[in-house]
Parts: sequence; C-alpha cells; structure tokens
Amino acid sequence: MAKQSGQANKAGGRPSDRRGSARREAFWGQLTTWLDDWLAINPDGTVTAFSGKVELGTGVRTALAQIVAEELDLPLERVQMVMGDTERTPDEGYTAGSMTVSSSGSALRNAAAMARLTLLEMAAERLDAGPEELTVQDGLISVIQHPERKITYAELMGGKPFNREVTGDAPLKDSKAYTIVGTSTARADIPGKVAGQPSFIQDLRLPGMLHGRLVRPPSPAAEFISMDENSVAGIAGLVKVVQRGNFIGVVAEREEQAKLAAQQLKVEWREKASLPPMQDLYQFLRSRPTQDNLVVEQGDYEIAYKQATRQLKASYYQPFHAHASIGPSCAVADVKEDQITVWASTPGPYPLSGALAQLLGVPAEKVHLMHVEGAGSYGQNGSDDAAADAVILSQAVGRPVRVQWSREDEFVWEPKAPAMVMEAQGGLDAQGNVAAWDYQVWSPSHVARARSSEQLVAGQLINGQGSSHFGFSFGAERNAPTNYSFPNQRVTVHYLAESPLRASSFRSLGGAENTFANESFMDEMAAAAGADAVEFRLRHLADERARAVLTAAAEKAGWERRPSWQGKKQQLAEGRGVAFAWYENDQAIVASIARVQVDTSSGAVRVKRMVVAHDCGLIINPDGLKNQIEGNTIQSLSRALKEEVVFDEWRIKSVDWDTYPILTFSEVPEVEIVLINRPDLPAVGAGEPATTTTAAAVANAIFDATGARVRQIPFTPERVKEALQAGRG
Amino acid sequence: MSDEIVLTVNGKAYYIKAAPDTALLYVLRNELGLSGPHFGCGGEKCGACMVLVGAKPVLSCHLPISEVGRSRVTTLEGLIEEGELHPVQQAFIDEQATQCGYCVNGMIISTAALLWKTPHPSDEQIKEALDGNLCRCGSHLRILRAVRRAEQLMAELEAQ
Repeated sequence: MAKQSGQANKAGGRPSDRRGSARREAFWGQLTTWLDDWLAINPDGTVTAFSGKVELGTGVRTALAQIVAEELDLPLERVQMVMGDTERTPDEGYTAGSMTVSSSGSALRNAAAMARLTLLEMAAERLDAGPEELTVQDGLISVIQHPERKITYAELMGGKPFNREVTGDAPLKDSKAYTIVGTSTARADIPGKVAGQPSFIQDLRLPGMLHGRLVRPPSPAAEFISMDENSVAGIAGLVKVVQRGNFIGVVAEREEQAKLAAQQLKVEWREKASLPPMQDLYQFLRSRPTQDNLVVEQGDYEIAYKQATRQLKASYYQPFHAHASIGPSCAVADVKEDQITVWASTPGPYPLSGALAQLLGVPAEKVHLMHVEGAGSYGQNGSDDAAADAVILSQAVGRPVRVQWSREDEFVWEPKAPAMVMEAQGGLDAQGNVAAWDYQVWSPSHVARARSSEQLVAGQLINGQGSSHFGFSFGAERNAPTNYSFPNQRVTVHYLAESPLRASSFRSLGGAENTFANESFMDEMAAAAGADAVEFRLRHLADERARAVLTAAAEKAGWERRPSWQGKKQQLAEGRGVAFAWYENDQAIVASIARVQVDTSSGAVRVKRMVVAHDCGLIINPDGLKNQIEGNTIQSLSRALKEEVVFDEWRIKSVDWDTYPILTFSEVPEVEIVLINRPDLPAVGAGEPATTTTAAAVANAIFDATGARVRQIPFTPERVKEALQAGRG
Repeated sequence: MSDEIVLTVNGKAYYIKAAPDTALLYVLRNELGLSGPHFGCGGEKCGACMVLVGAKPVLSCHLPISEVGRSRVTTLEGLIEEGELHPVQQAFIDEQATQCGYCVNGMIISTAALLWKTPHPSDEQIKEALDGNLCRCGSHLRILRAVRRAEQLMAELEAQ
C-alpha cells in the first residue's frame, strides 16, 4: 500500500505534495509566514482573519472562523473573515480540491496559535507574571491567582501589528479542550440569504453601473464576418455594441435593454463543424495520441493474469458533464485608466487578476480583484470568463459594467467535466482473490484554470484560437489507483493533449469517474468469485481505518452477506450495491451503499436509500459536514442517473434545464450518514470525497437487482434496458 | 419606455417607469433594489426568480409588468413582518437548509404558498410543490426537513 500510493503521488498526485515546486505555486499560491498577513487584533476587541481561499457555498467561511476563535480563545462572533481579496488577503491560489480546511485552516490555526503566544508573552510583561500564571477567556488575559490583574487582546495590541513571523513553534491547543471546533455552529451567511439580503455577485450594484450581455458565436469554431448595428438602433438605453474579433457584447443602461439588444443584434458568422460526432465520442477518446503515465506497477501483472483461474475485462464510459450552477455566471468590473477593480465569484482571485491584467495589457498590480460569492460552482464554471467579459465591456465604455451570462451562455461556454474512458482487466486466483489488476484511463486534463488571458473565453474570442490547457495535465490520475492490496497490478493514465469540448475541473476531478470504474470492476470480480461484495472488499483491504468505514456503512445499511445477483427475474426488482474509496488514496475515506428499485420493463431506476459512512479525520463542524456529504451524494446521483452534455459536430445542444435535466425533489432518495470522528488525526477536506462512490454503488445495486451491468453514465432507462437485453450475469 | 405602471410590492405602491413588457424580475431587482428573487434561467424552468402574486407562487423572469395589474407582489423580503422573519424563513435557518443559497428564495416562496393553502401537506404534496424548484447543491433533504419544521412553527403560531 505504502509503495503504491507513493508511486501514485510521484506520477502526479496532489499538487500540495510537490512542496516548493513551480507547479505547486501555480496552483496553491505563495503562502506567507508573516503573522500580520493572516490576523489583525482590532481596537474593538474583534479579530479579523485573512484567507486567500473563498466561500463557494460550502460553509468554509464559518469553519475557518471556528478554527481561529478556538485557537485564540475568543467567542466565534468576534472573529470576522476577509477572504479572496488581492489587496488584503494572502495568495492561496485556487479554492479547490477540498483543501481549504486543511491548508488555509492549518495556516490560520498556526497563525492564531502564534498570535496567542505573542499576546501571552506581552501580557506576562505588562501584568508582571510568568506566562504559566496566566489564563485566557474570551480575549481577556488574567493572572490565575489574581483575577483583578487583567488585560484584553485589544489593549495589548493598541491597534498595532504583530511584526512577527509564524514559526510553527507556538503550541497548538489540544483537541480535547475544543469548545468551538467540533460543534455544529450555524452558518453565518444563512440568515441574510433567507431574508433576501444582497449576498451574491449577482446582487452587487455600483453607482452609475451599466448592464452587459454577450452575443456568443453560434458554435465554438465560428468566425465573425459582419454585424448590422442598425438591427439594434431603435433600442432605448443602448450604450454600445462592442466587437473585437469573435467577441461581441452589448452594454445598456438597463438590464432588460441589454438583454433585448443581445437578442436582436444581427450577426453573420462563418460556421465550421469542429466536434467529433457524439456517437463516436468514446472511440475518439481512445484513438487520439496520448501522453502515458504508469502510476502504479507492482508485481508481474502479465504472468499473474495469464495464470489466473478466472479472467475478466470491462470498459466504462463517462460523458461530459456540466457544472450547471443554478445562477449563471456574473461579474462586475470598473476599468479606469489607473485602477481596475473587479468583483467576481472566481475560485482563484490572484491567478485571475493576473490573467485579466494580461488581457488588458496592464501590470498585475493594477488589478484589484475581490471575491464575492456566486451560486455554487463545484469546480470551474463560467465565473472567471464572466469577469473577463466584464473588464472588456467596462474598458470599452469607461464605466462600471455588470455582465450577466444567460442560461445558455453558462451551459455552452462553461468548461465541462471531461469525458473519459476507463478499461479494467483482471484475474482471480483459485481462492477467488484478485491476483492481477490492470486499470487504464483515457482522459483530457481536468485542470484548465484561468491564469493567462488565452485560457479565458474572452481572450480566445478576441485573439483567435487560444487553449484552455493549464500547461500540464492533471486530475485523471485521482483515485485511478485503489487502496486494495493486489499482489500484481498496473495503473496507467493516458492523457489526451486536447479535449473535444472545453474542459476543466469538476468536484473530485477524475476521482468520481475512476471510482465508478474501479468499484464497478471490483464488484464484477466479487460476483465472478461468488463472494459477498462487502466481504470481498474487506478481504483486500488491510487498513483498519478503511475497514471501519466500510463496516460502518454495511451495519447502518443492514447489509445481508450474500453474493450478487441472486438470479431472480422480477418486473420490479430491488437490489443493493456498495462502493468504497479512499479519496486521493490518503485523504477522507468513504463507503456508500445504495438501495435501488429497477422497473425491468421500462429500465427506470429509482434510488430509494443511500447510506454513507465518512471518515475525514478531526471533524470541525458535524452539521456542516453532513450538509456536504448529503450534497455530494445527491449531486453525484443526479450525474449518475440523468446527466450528459449532448452535442453534434457543430455545437453543444444541452442549453437549458430541458436539454440538461438534473435530479428533482421527487427523485431524491433518503440519505443516511455515519460520521466517524478521529480527533487525533488532522482534519482533511470533505467537499469532494462523498461525490466519488455514488455512481458505482448504484450501478452495483442495479446488477444486484437485475443481473444487468451498466457501464456507461448516465444510467438512463434506455441504457438500463440495453444492459438487460445484453444479458444477465 | 415612458409608460408608467403602478405595482404593489411588499405592501407599498410604486410608480414604475419601464417598458410594459419588461419582466417583473428586472423591475424588482433593478428598480426596487430587491435581492430576494434571482435570475436563474430566464425560461421559467428553475424557480430562482419566484415571487408571490397574491398567494400564488409565480415565476417573475418572464412575466411582463403590464400583466401583474393590481395584484399584490410579495418577495422574500416582504415575508418579514416588523423585523420578524416569517416562520418558513426561520425554519430554513433552523434546519441549515442551504448550501450556496442561490435557490433558497424560490424554495421559501414555494413553501410559504404551499403551507398557506395546505397547512399539513403529505410528503408527496411537498415534493410536488417543490418539483419546479431546482437545487444544484443537493440540499433537497434539508429543504424537506425545513418544510416540516415550518409546518410546525406555523401551527404553533396559529394555536397562539
């Protein structure tokens, strides 16, 4: 196991593991160790904590404040968070990869501990006592034996900075003494949101602000020929039609005027068919030139496979998925000669400010970028691109401009979760254990974050074809290796240089797709061995923590040990399925168990119940954690059952909620969660892990119910019927 | 553009200077400065823009202001009475029933309308009432719990 995950990391595991490398900085920013960059003690007794991460709707603003309040012995309401502002907060690169609590949280925890130590040293001098004679409560330091000798944090600091490095030597509070971390603190943002207070980038209004809408090309390879400005001449309030290369936007005094102008502007385009036919997508992915990374090699796969008593082989398919944020992207920009101010719901304020500066041809320090929350994005949606559109339009009219993408803009132009092909081959030995395991995945890179102008849609449209590629391929290796102890195995990642549709990160990157394939194939192996699916996994899983998670899920689900499928043929068939993953092979551990009902005459799948067991180390906020696990489970179920971006050789055809349906209330199952708290282990992220196990658990449950194996997402009725017709077992 | 239309929003009458075919959503947000109703799809498919017209939940992203007539429009903000949150709003806080919170406007408006009409709905009635409101974060189960909590809070108020 150790060897295996070590190899996986070397070949391209977590960016955070490459400490000091340029790649790491490109992704996670340049972390400062200067205490005042992280914390300020304000004269009114409150504390401001600065994080370069941003709130993406997962509740990290509250979780980080909990960490600071805990370490500084302050009530939570006296901690304010300032996040994602290029003039005020540290550069922490992108908010991604479920890394906020572990990276920003750990930096803030160390900074708060350093601040507390400094304050205690200062108080010892002022109160004429040894530091060990002092106690702290709610930001008030007093002498234990003489409580009348006391001084507050604010009095000690007098509004001055610490002028000190965070050395990492300050003692951290023992987790057993926690009173704030580990409690289900209510999220600070919810009261405002339910009352209709301005909370989102879409709600930001500046004096003199104009409204912008876009007129995008009708297909990705279309070229601008001409436009007829007379077609919008009569529209009241129209300020300007901006056309630069293939970029077209309209700016008007009022939002409805901008919308009308965008609809009415007549533009002639030269279109080209530039996409592979959708029915050939997986063949296309398998036939392109690739860069191949062998991420695990253990034992001798070839010999073990040849000697196996039972040999199996299967291919699995993942289509393009849309992030499909409920609120289409929006941004506000005010481009002035000497100062450019941008408000955006970007996951990466610093990298985006650099890309926008490049787009405008100005030095990066001229761009002040402030993050404002948007609708949930789950990775890279259109938010960075909307910011670029806003600066282009504001520059053209010399006034602040708010750009609102349409629903269709978002579906068509947001980067998609990449389509992938996964192929597995393996063999069982005479005892029915896995003797040989070969796993290969074909995928474009999962990372195309905007850190230069050519990665932004506006940059690409203005300057001709750019590439969204980040410069290195990343993400498809995530959870390509399993944590099972297979004696002979190989795991290979084949990266395509380009993606047929613009692609970038979606929650867990390749983690969900690889787990769908690995855990489906593991189930196929278990069935071939005539073994119970949970027992078969436990047989190959040595780690006690991992076993505990799988066992906890099985117990909660009332798992009955028996092989699948039982050979019954019913019109309404019920079944259960399990899937297990150790996220990124060393982060949170998850096991999901699905209970499904399949209507074998229509192929319709109804998921009735999901049980999820989850271990992410120390739990910061149990209710916030459950919220994330529920959300991950429901969203990934929507992806598994319903979602697929449809396109033809010309253009994307998924443009609205009819052509890209998602799960509705009537289709949502009950979700039961078992949290396993490990107070002595570091807190790791929970924003993504539970998104990985749903699809395989459901596919395995469909097999258990019907004997039909679905290997292509989404599991639509037609596809389930096809699988039923293809034969059982 | 010079037409003047009177709209009653959250108990107050407003003289609106906008084209009669302007969608109610833009007037609420940009003329009246309200932030409860959100633009989600512009095609009446997601529920983010929902408001109450009378006691009925209505999608405001397409509805021309000229068709609102004398009906009273209530937005998320208008559910608050004398600084007190409406029980449905309180229930969403109690159950922490959002993640990003962008869709929460429509969820609360739909729930308020449902509970006025049907104070003790069945599970099926709740799901049916909310099926036109999309949530991408997967907060559905919390929202369903919030509806039950709101039912309870409203019944308690009624009993007082």
